[in-house]
Amino acid sequence: MSKLYSGAEIVFKCLEDQKVEFIFGYPGGAVLPIYDELKNHSSIKHILVRHEQGAGHAAEGYARSSGKPGVVLVTSGPGATNVVTALTDAYMDSVPLVCISGQVPTHLIGTDAFQECDTTGITRPCTKHNWLVKDIKDLSKTLHEAFKVATTGRPGPVLVDIPKDIQFAKIKYSKPTILKKLNGKSLNYFSQKEIDELINLMNKSKKPIIYSGGGVINSGPEASEVLRELVQMTGFPITSTLQGLGAYPGDDNQFLGMLGMHGTYEANNAMHDCDLLINIGARFDDRITGKIDEFSPNSKKVHIDIDPSSINKIIKVDLALVGDVKDIIKGINKTLKSKNIDLKKSNKQKISKWWEQIQKWRAKNSLDFRNSEETIKPQHAVQRLYELTKDKDTFITTEVGQHQMWAAQHYKFNKPNRWMTSGGLGTMGYGLPAAVGVQIAHPKKLVIDIAGEASVLMTMQEMSTAVQYNLPIKIFILNNQYMGMVRQWQELLHEKNYSESYSEALPDFIKLAEAYGCKGIMAEKPSELDSKIEEMVNFDGPVIFDCRVDPNENCFPMIPSGKPHNQMILGPNEKDDNKITGKGKALV
Amino acid sequence: MKNPKSAYSVSTKKEKSDTHIIVVWVDNEAGVLARVVGLFSGRGYNIESLAVAEIDSKRNISRITIVTTGTLQVIDQIKLQLKKLVPVHKVADFKREDKSVIFKEMALFKIVGNTSKIKKAINACKKYNAIILDKTKKSNVIQITAFRRDIDKMTKNLKKFGLVSVSRTGAVAMTRGDKIFN
Repeated sequence: MSKLYSGAEIVFKCLEDQKVEFIFGYPGGAVLPIYDELKNHSSIKHILVRHEQGAGHAAEGYARSSGKPGVVLVTSGPGATNVVTALTDAYMDSVPLVCISGQVPTHLIGTDAFQECDTTGITRPCTKHNWLVKDIKDLSKTLHEAFKVATTGRPGPVLVDIPKDIQFAKIKYSKPTILKKLNGKSLNYFSQKEIDELINLMNKSKKPIIYSGGGVINSGPEASEVLRELVQMTGFPITSTLQGLGAYPGDDNQFLGMLGMHGTYEANNAMHDCDLLINIGARFDDRITGKIDEFSPNSKKVHIDIDPSSINKIIKVDLALVGDVKDIIKGINKTLKSKNIDLKKSNKQKISKWWEQIQKWRAKNSLDFRNSEETIKPQHAVQRLYELTKDKDTFITTEVGQHQMWAAQHYKFNKPNRWMTSGGLGTMGYGLPAAVGVQIAHPKKLVIDIAGEASVLMTMQEMSTAVQYNLPIKIFILNNQYMGMVRQWQELLHEKNYSESYSEALPDFIKLAEAYGCKGIMAEKPSELDSKIEEMVNFDGPVIFDCRVDPNENCFPMIPSGKPHNQMILGPNEKDDNKITGKGKALV
Repeated sequence: MKNPKSAYSVSTKKEKSDTHIIVVWVDNEAGVLARVVGLFSGRGYNIESLAVAEIDSKRNISRITIVTTGTLQVIDQIKLQLKKLVPVHKVADFKREDKSVIFKEMALFKIVGNTSKIKKAINACKKYNAIILDKTKKSNVIQITAFRRDIDKMTKNLKKFGLVSVSRTGAVAMTRGDKIFN
C-alpha cells in the first residue's frame, strides 16, 4: 500500500511538482497545518509579508518579472479579504497568480464561524476561476488544475480555498497526468488565411501603425524578439500601451513612445491618422482610446489577442487573429519571408510620407517640461534616474498616479519583464510589495520602485519584509506632498478645489527608513540629485529615497476626457506659443 | 452633456437592443449558477428569465437557458465571456423571433371562485395546453405552457375569473427538426 499523505503535505507535493520556489504568505488559524508542513520542504521558501495585500502584489511582481506564476498563501476570513485587491489587480492586468487560502473546517462552513467568510463567493468576480475543496480526493487534482488555469490562455489569478479539516485529512498522492479539458480555452484559433489577409493589408497601407500591449510581455520573451523582427522587417512605426513597455526597445527610432491619455503627441496623432492599425496583445482600454466614436476614424483595424472576448468588445475591428501573439507574429514573419515580401523596401516610397508626418509631430517634443535650477522637477528626477541606471539591467515598479506616468514617459525600457505597474486596476500601494517580489525573483538585480509619497504609505509596512530578507529594493519617492494625479484633475476639472488631496502630516521618510532598519536619503536641490541617486544605487540594502519635487507640476501631454487622440493638451512650453488657450482648457 | 466633468468618457452610443435566448451547457457543480449569473450582474447585462436544471446526470451536465436583451455587441460579449468560464462547455444563442427554435414557458394558475368562473378560466386557457392539476369545489390549479407574452396576457385576463396566485418558469428552448446545437 502506498503512503498516505495529509492534505497539507499534498499542497506541498503539488507545489513541488509545479516547481514552485517561493510562496508569499501570512499564517493564521485556518492554514496552520500547511504552515506546520513548511519545514519539511526545503525547495520551497516562504516569504513572510506584513499584510496579505502585500503578499498578493509581491507575487504579482514575482510573476511579471519572471514569467512564472506567483503563489500566495493566506488564512481564512481577513486573510482572504485582504488579498482581494491584489487578486483584482492581477485579474485586470492578466498576471498568473495561484492563491491558496485556508477555510474553517467543512462542518463549520455557513455557521459564521470565527474568521469565516465566503471566500469563493467574494473572489469569484476577481479570479479566472476558484475552487472550494470539500473532499480530500479532489485536492491534488484541483491544485494542478489551478496552475493550469492561471497560466494558460490569457493568464490570471485563481484561488483554491482549503478547509482546515481537509488539510488534516489523509489520502494517497499520485501525480495526476490527465487534467480536465479546458474547453479549448488555450488554443490558437487563427488561420494562415487570416495572416495572408493581414499581409495584404500591410502591403496596401500608406499610414500603418503597430500598437502593442501587455499580451506581448505575457507571451514570453520570444514574443518580444519576433515583434522586434516584425517591426524591423516592415519599417512600420510602433507605439505601446503602459503594460507593453519594454516589448520593443524604448530608445529605438521606430518607437513612438507610449500612447493614450498621457502618451506622446506623435503616438496619439499617428493612431488617429493611420490607415492601418495593428493591435498586438492590447485591449483598447479606455485610457488608450479616448473618445470611442472618433477613435482612429479612417483606419482598417486588426486585433491580435489570445482572448476571444477582447475582440470587438470596445472597438469593432476588420480582422481578428485569435491566439498566442508569439505564434501569430511568428506566422506573419515566416509568411513575409517565404513569400519574399520585403515591405521595408516595397513600401518605403509609400510610407516615407507617413514618417515625415510623424517626424513633424515628434518635433513638438511633447514630453518636454520646463526644468528648474531651484526645485527638482519630477520629470527631471526620472530622467536622471534613467540615465544613471540604464547601463544596469534595472527592474522598475511603480505605484499609481503622476509619478507612474512620468516613469512611463521618461524611463526607457529595452527588455520585457523589466516594468511592473498596476495599469488596469490602478492600485496605489502596488509598487513597494511588487518590488519585494521582483527582488526575490532577481536577487542580484537593481530593483527600483518609482513611487509617490501618498501611494507608498498604503503598503509601507512591507519595508519590514524587505529588511527581513535582505532585499535591497530602492524606494524612489517623488514627494510632491499631494496625491498628484488627484490634484491635477482637481485643477483641470474642479476649479482648483483641492479637496483632501494634500498629503498632510507626512512622516519624516529618513527617520522612517531608519526605523525599519534601512537607509534613508533625501534630495531637495537639483544640484545634489545625481550624487544622491548614485548613493542610493550603490548602497547594498533597502533604501527609501525622499526626492522632494515641485508640488505644482502637472503631467503632460494629456488627452482630456471625452476627446479624441488628435486633441491633446501639451505642456507649459507649448502654451506660451498660444497653441492651447484658456478656452481649450475649459473644454476638458 | 457638453462639458463632462469626469475622468471617464460620456456614453454616446444608442443602439437597438434585441431579445436573445442564450443556452449554456455547464458542469453541474457548486457555484456554477452563481458564476453565470454573477457574470451578468457584474458586467451589467440584463436577465429577463432564467431556467436551469441538470439534463445529464451521468456526465453531470446542466443546461441553463437565459432570456436577455442587448445590442449585438453586448450579446456577442455575453457569449464570449460565458465561454471563458471554466465549467462552461458550450453556448448557443437564438433571437426570440427565430422560427426554427421552440421557446416555451410554463405557468401555474390558482383560480378561486364559483364553478362558472372556474369554467371560464379553464376555457380561456384551453389553447395553451391547459392541464388541471388540482380541483376542489372552490378552486382549480391550471397548468399552461405557452410563449412568454401569452402567459403575460393570461395573467391579466384571468384576474376577472378569480386568479389568486401565479407561478411561472423561465423560458426553455429547443431547435425544430433533427438539428441539434453545437
